[in-house]
Amino acid sequence: MNGAFDIRGESHIEVHKFRAGAIIIATLLALAIQASFPIHFARFAVLDLPLLVTVYFGLSRRNPSTGLLLGTVIGLLQDSLSGPTVPLGLYGIAKTIIGYLASSIGARLDTEHPAARFALTGAFFVAHQGLLVLTRRILLAQPEPWFNTHLVIAALVNALVAVFLFLLLDRLRKN
Amino acid sequence: MVAIPSRHKSLVLLAGIIVLQVLMLAVQIKRTSEGRLIRVWTVGAVSPFERAGTYGFGWVRTTWRHYFALQNTTKESEQIRRENDALKLQITQLQGKAAEADRLAALLNFRQSHGDVPMIGARVIGTGAGTASLTILLDRGERNGILKNMGVITPDGVVGKVVESYPHASQVLLLTDKESGVGAMLADSRIQSPVGGQGEPLLVMKYVPNDDTVDLGERVITSGMDRIFPRDLPVGTVAEIKPGNPFKLIRIKPAANLERLEEVLVLLSLRPLEMKDEKSAGEAQPPARGATAAKR
Repeated sequence: MNGAFDIRGESHIEVHKFRAGAIIIATLLALAIQASFPIHFARFAVLDLPLLVTVYFGLSRRNPSTGLLLGTVIGLLQDSLSGPTVPLGLYGIAKTIIGYLASSIGARLDTEHPAARFALTGAFFVAHQGLLVLTRRILLAQPEPWFNTHLVIAALVNALVAVFLFLLLDRLRKN
Repeated sequence: MVAIPSRHKSLVLLAGIIVLQVLMLAVQIKRTSEGRLIRVWTVGAVSPFERAGTYGFGWVRTTWRHYFALQNTTKESEQIRRENDALKLQITQLQGKAAEADRLAALLNFRQSHGDVPMIGARVIGTGAGTASLTILLDRGERNGILKNMGVITPDGVVGKVVESYPHASQVLLLTDKESGVGAMLADSRIQSPVGGQGEPLLVMKYVPNDDTVDLGERVITSGMDRIFPRDLPVGTVAEIKPGNPFKLIRIKPAANLERLEEVLVLLSLRPLEMKDEKSAGEAQPPARGATAAKR
């Protein structure tokens, strides 16, 4: 594992490939867990597993086109599962941009170190919430507060979970 | 044809997909029925996993509680431990069944005491996949007669309304969601005002003038004015009152435990319903008492 935040040329960054079906299964599992676990543990709703999966595969694949397309698909599926009060495209737009940013950053920085993953996931979580609020305010004319303490706590929790989740997802890589 | 440099291709793709989704949002705002097909597909694809997850989770929890959690005993009392474990296992099973039976009995009593009101019991198998809305997924849908805009309750009180019905599942918007609302009134003073969600555990009663008297702990019941819920179902109790301009700021604690729903009842009618009062309902059942005590 290399030191975190070493800025390198794109050609020196390793592009990770995954076992067949790994991305699809991980995505569906993340969505199903996100939609099931809060029944048993209400506090689980603070996690955004589809976002963590988007960030992980974006950072690993390091291809902006793949990252943004994966973000689009995951976001639209999350929209579909969130009920008709959430218009299709709300999570879609946010996760498209996060997927693009994650894969763009993944192509420039070493994101294998847990500290880098923690910091990046926290930042992406805040950016994701910012994009949701922006979409709601501008496109849907729904007043939403920008930031609150709950957001900070949720960002830290998601970042912490991401460190361990990403280690688990690393096992799906082809050696 | 202008060639796009390869390093800009992903940016162009990003812009294109964002524009498409923005257009899709715009279409949905004008026509709310758009996009239903993808919702049907997605819910159809994921709900079996959720259903399996719910039952699987229950099985794992039961197995864990009934077997693995009982392993920490000493070797000396192996025989006693086995007997003890078997008894504990039976007790745990019976307790679990008793708790479930209590919940189901409450639902059944409620149904029987309102036999004239068509309703169906359903199990909660999932929640919304994000924090943008507060919804739950039920294991019954169109095939069971559940349609959009039907009311959902528990014997404790109002839960929400059906916002989408699929063949084998349906999605319910909880009362605590920002988009949710119910026609309500204060049980004692009979002041009517809609109650809505704020995306938080507490509800808010919106249009009660400052001059009107409201007491902490006062019960809030349905008014029947929304034509979804019958009159006199419990909505909640007044938890906080603050003066506002021009209306009071009243926060309501929901009567139903919306954070821990396992089984619910769906009112199978799109026409205004009338619930029986205690006398006509025969034996007064505890859950129904709250719904009817405030009759004028």
